Amino acid sequence: MVPLTWYLILAAALFCIGLFGVLARKNAIAVLMGVELMLNAVNINLLAFWRYTAFGQLVGQAFAVFVITVAAAEAAVGVALFIAIYRQRDTVNVEELDDMKG
Amino acid sequence: MEQIFFILWGLLTLAAALLVVTTRNLLHSALWLIVVFFGIAGIFILLHAEFLAVVQVLIYVGAISTLIIFAIMLTRRIMDPQQPRFNSQWGLVGGFAALLFVGLAAVATRVAWPAATGVLPPDPIQQLGADFVGVYAVPFEVASVLLVTAMIGAIIIARERE
Repeated sequence: MVPLTWYLILAAALFCIGLFGVLARKNAIAVLMGVELMLNAVNINLLAFWRYTAFGQLVGQAFAVFVITVAAAEAAVGVALFIAIYRQRDTVNVEELDDMKG
Repeated sequence: MEQIFFILWGLLTLAAALLVVTTRNLLHSALWLIVVFFGIAGIFILLHAEFLAVVQVLIYVGAISTLIIFAIMLTRRIMDPQQPRFNSQWGLVGGFAALLFVGLAAVATRVAWPAATGVLPPDPIQQLGADFVGVYAVPFEVASVLLVTAMIGAIIIARERE
């Protein structure tokens, strides 16, 4: 059986790659893809801890389903926002969208 | 056997994830994102969460990837491939992400995690369905309200205004 630590390291690596994408990419849609990677890493962690500590109840699977639901809602609203911004500003470059900067 | 499968599958997933955040062409990153989602579905099967693996393929590969590819198509002309794909702070951010990974990996390897307890119910999918209308009824309803809100919000935000 694969040890729990391996799953945790895989999830940590995936989370950090997603974090890099979120903070370093210029295109807003690439930022959204980084967020999806991070949410998936969290799901791996939830299911790994469920598998190795609470196999009897299905609490880990239930939480993973809720995370996927929230991720779907986030992606739908995010993409709608980018399309609306693109219509108005002709760009989805996050560096040019700084109207709220003080 | 299981370990070999895990290592191969994990390496494939991580390599695809690296390509997602570094590829210059955004459409190619979206296609690599689909590979990542399939890889994670394989990891879920290793974790005995077969239902979640199917949900992963249905929702992430089927719906969210399509949504992202649509968004790329609709906003295509602006990002010309000659432009830099990273902002000026990418070196700093890369260092920070690497440092965070080292920290998380150190925690994951040092802590003595508790061993597996309990046995899987004979019909886990049936049990999960019963839990959603039993123990988790309130979060389940809240999630459905959230989905409706997000759907209406997305339609209103993205609607063409006269």
